[in-house]
Amino acid sequence: MTATAAPLATRRPARWRRSPMRYVQPVVAIALVVLLLGVPFWLVVVTAGKSQSEALNPNLSTPSHWHLWDNFSTVFQEGHMTPAFFGSLLIMIPAVAGVLVLGAMASWVLARRKSRTIAFVYALAISGLVLPPAVVTIVLLLRQLGLAGTALGMIGVYMGMYMSTVIFFVTGFVRTIPLELEEAARVDGASPPRVFFRIILPLLGPTISTATILICLYIWNDVFYALFVIGGRIDTLPLNLYQVASAGLYLNNWHLIFAYIILMSLPLLVTFGLLQRRIISGVTSGAVK
Amino acid sequence: MTTTQLTRAEAAPPRTVARAGRTVRHRQDHPAWFLVPALAVLLVFFFVPTIYNFVYAFTNWSSFHAAISFVGIDNFTDLFTNGSLLKDLRITLVYAVLVAIFQNLFGLVLALVLERDTMINRFARVAFFVPVVMSALAVGYIFQALLKPQGGLNEILGFFLRHDVEVAWLGSTTWTIVVVALIHAWKWMGLSMLIYLAGLKTISEDVLEASRLDGAGWWTTFREIRFPLLAPAITFNVATALLGSMNGFDIVQATTGGGPGGTTELLNIFIFRTFGQGLFAQATTMSLALFAMVAILAFPVIRILRKREAVL
Repeated sequence: MTATAAPLATRRPARWRRSPMRYVQPVVAIALVVLLLGVPFWLVVVTAGKSQSEALNPNLSTPSHWHLWDNFSTVFQEGHMTPAFFGSLLIMIPAVAGVLVLGAMASWVLARRKSRTIAFVYALAISGLVLPPAVVTIVLLLRQLGLAGTALGMIGVYMGMYMSTVIFFVTGFVRTIPLELEEAARVDGASPPRVFFRIILPLLGPTISTATILICLYIWNDVFYALFVIGGRIDTLPLNLYQVASAGLYLNNWHLIFAYIILMSLPLLVTFGLLQRRIISGVTSGAVK
Repeated sequence: MTTTQLTRAEAAPPRTVARAGRTVRHRQDHPAWFLVPALAVLLVFFFVPTIYNFVYAFTNWSSFHAAISFVGIDNFTDLFTNGSLLKDLRITLVYAVLVAIFQNLFGLVLALVLERDTMINRFARVAFFVPVVMSALAVGYIFQALLKPQGGLNEILGFFLRHDVEVAWLGSTTWTIVVVALIHAWKWMGLSMLIYLAGLKTISEDVLEASRLDGAGWWTTFREIRFPLLAPAITFNVATALLGSMNGFDIVQATTGGGPGGTTELLNIFIFRTFGQGLFAQATTMSLALFAMVAILAFPVIRILRKREAVL
């Protein structure tokens, strides 16, 4: 299951061409997009363009005067968007890179060796797929390690949380790589690290890209674990959104909240727009064989 | 699903030819130290905190005591007698079940509507994936604004019904849990849709052709053939929706913050709130309750779903 863009249209029976559904379906599809997505996103854009008094009770009317750029510059400064953006990157990149490389290394051995111990270690390693992280005691542990409130502590927590996902995805895939590929390299005298980094890791591309996309999304958007571990110490985009929204709890600065939401979503939406084909086919190929 | 491949690989008969020699060589070829970094990260950042959960839930750890001492099951009896333990467990469970139902229903309907590969459908599929990419916290704030008594949804309803509508969608102690579950499902339905689309595409055209020749209509074909063959996709979607929503926090925190009257207080919201008050041991106790609930529920649910798959 890799090519999402497979020609579905050709599989349609001739009956379809004669049925009234042919004209109804596009209307239904557009109506769904407008109602389910258009309305919420319209609300975001018009409210982000309003003045504070107009945005007090957010509704679907257009602003009498557009204040979009003023609101953007306000949240950009008050919401500390630049440090938040780099804070998010500083945590996401090492966490994702680390969990992928370390997870893939372990998966290779877990997939290739067969013993009761390995089966037990594998079961333990993927248990995090289901079990929730112990968020409160993580804070205690980080304090004991001297990592409380640090980027390193947060990176470690995310790596621990998503290691199981990586090991699960990658082990399954490594088992489908023929052993002969490795043996050819081994006959030429390649050491295990060389075999792994030169032969196995490059082959993991598609599997790793699926896991990368999912984990990037989760870490970039996470606020729950970040509130416990680095809340108030390091700026990330969702943490600052939480602050912007909570600070205005009594004023309900909806224009600023929505201006912030637009700005913080832009990097993700641009990335998604550029990689949309790969992301969509990657996500689907990972889930259903 | 990937798991199916795994179990199949495990069940494959061991290679008997020169097995002993191979095992020894395997050990050198796939050295155990490759496991060490990943297992160290898992041990320190996942297993040790989990073990701590079982220890600190039985202490008086809080910001009000300098020293931590054991208090037995006091935290559990406190949370049990003031009702929050069972209440929050029930709310979390109801939320998870509702999310699993709505998310799969919406995802499946979207997949069926957008199944043909036309330009409009391709655009719609990408559009429905946008909420998946967005921050859940942001989604929560958007819906908090949309669902206010004077908000956008009531505006639209008022326009069609031709009289003022002022329903407090997030103010009902009975129905708000359903509303927040719908929002959660809205955010993730794009992901379920993609997985159902992928599942629908794996169904062989011959089977569908055969049913068509037998005179089966769209509904019969769907009910008798396509839906049962979607079992792997359903397993994946139901399991991920259940697990994701049992760990839910962002959407509910941003829409209701656990209200009205604590009727949408998920375990994670309780944990966050109590932690903020400095009652660390109580938060740990609830965290242990969440752990226990997920551990008790997840494995049987996955097994039941997988069994259904195996029958087909």
